[in-house]
Amino acid sequence: MKKLLILGAGTAGTMAANRLSRLLDASEWQITIVDQHETHYYQPGYLFIPFGVYGKNDVIKPKRDFMPNGVHLVMSAIEAIEAEQNRVRLANGQTLGYDFLIIATGADIYPKQTPGLGEDEWGKSIQTFYSFEGAVALHEHLKHWPGGRLVLNVVENPIKCPVAPLEFLMLADWFFSEKGMRDKVELIYATPLPGAFTKPKASKMLGHLLTEKGIQVVPEFMIERVDPEAKKIVAYDEQEVSYDLLVSVPLNMGAEVVGKAGLGDELNFVPVDKHTFLSTRFANVFALGDAAAVPASKAGSVAHFAVETFGENFVRYTEGQALKPVFDGHANCFIESGFGKGLLIDFNYDTEPLPGRYPMPGVGPFTLLEESEANHWGKLMFKWMYWHILLKGKELPLPAQMSMVGKWSK
Amino acid sequence: MSTRTIAGKTVQMNDEGFMTNPSEWTREIAAEVAKEEGLPDLNTSHWKVIEFCRSDATSSGKSPTLRRITTATGLSTKEMFALFPKGPAKKVAKISGLGKPEGCV
Repeated sequence: MKKLLILGAGTAGTMAANRLSRLLDASEWQITIVDQHETHYYQPGYLFIPFGVYGKNDVIKPKRDFMPNGVHLVMSAIEAIEAEQNRVRLANGQTLGYDFLIIATGADIYPKQTPGLGEDEWGKSIQTFYSFEGAVALHEHLKHWPGGRLVLNVVENPIKCPVAPLEFLMLADWFFSEKGMRDKVELIYATPLPGAFTKPKASKMLGHLLTEKGIQVVPEFMIERVDPEAKKIVAYDEQEVSYDLLVSVPLNMGAEVVGKAGLGDELNFVPVDKHTFLSTRFANVFALGDAAAVPASKAGSVAHFAVETFGENFVRYTEGQALKPVFDGHANCFIESGFGKGLLIDFNYDTEPLPGRYPMPGVGPFTLLEESEANHWGKLMFKWMYWHILLKGKELPLPAQMSMVGKWSK
Repeated sequence: MSTRTIAGKTVQMNDEGFMTNPSEWTREIAAEVAKEEGLPDLNTSHWKVIEFCRSDATSSGKSPTLRRITTATGLSTKEMFALFPKGPAKKVAKISGLGKPEGCV
């Protein structure tokens, strides 16, 4: 029996387990997946919790519900990855050997990495929606918040879902308008980026949208520390922004166990080939999803397209063939913009988000880089697709590689 | 894509002012670009960072992020901002003849 070991039963790990259990011959392969938590979180849903659009139950389900028959699920923390010996030691005392290892341990927030951030005011005048607990706490906080300066700060890139901060601010604009208190709220976005988004065309388009909604962008703001008493954030270049409520996207890092194993970069993300996900150090180690250090968005749609291209490539590799450079960095993200509307962006490593229609050229129903009600419904529908199609590793009727059809390059 | 003559040498450069062929880079070009970026006098600390970025990019094929530079050189982020004000990673990449850092995606 050949052994495939998957670390992490989050979005990427679960999708990989489902897809590979279908592609690999069960009489030859034993697939094991390890995770320390019983609950699967629908992370894209965190965005909606602070505004009461989603409740707790919209975003949690037991991980076991998504494991295919034949895949062995082990509930334990990971003690050490010993890649030289092809084995992983678990906190429950077990040691698991493998022929192939997939690291899908994701990314998490590290508020304590920024002085003043994760201290006494954390959960009070400093909040986050980048964790389940944070999103729920922020919902409680916003219920009775009297208004003032709401500053959203991204500590450092890369972060999970680079559009989520923009969506949060646009939803906040809508939320406070609905509450009849928009005039009492200032919305400010302090970002290390030179503009609203990472890619030029989308940055310009989204920048305009933020201006229309009265959201101020403070670009190139690299935070050094928070001064929780004076309620201000201070950048490395001495720039300061004061707040009444700081909504922080803290430093995102990969799992510490990855760093300890010497498999990570300076943020504990695993350096891999960006087209195949093969580790740059070990020929039988891969990293999928947020755990991988690839220049693609850390997002569920990227993980989905990645796993879809990875599956058959992996099977070919185990049969002694060379890996094909199949993954193109494809990302497809709905951007909620408030008032029942949304945008959609579709891009990859080489092509930035462009305007047009998706997935059917000229028809849509979704509009690329342009607000529409259809996109909003697409975003809400996505939750159903996530639980029922994506996690189970089923194919969408959409190509995994990005297509230029239906896009306007000028 | 266009070309530009800096310090007596014609090099390829993109719209954002980043050189696209790192092998065309020379120390004289670095000094000239640094001047344009508001750094007329490059000292040994500047060069230490530039040299690290050049060698790191040779092995990885891409410009190092700010965090990678501070981890590898032992300089603090604060010191990096003092050496290369306003976006140190981007600025040092430009001076070192490398592409824009991919830190943000």
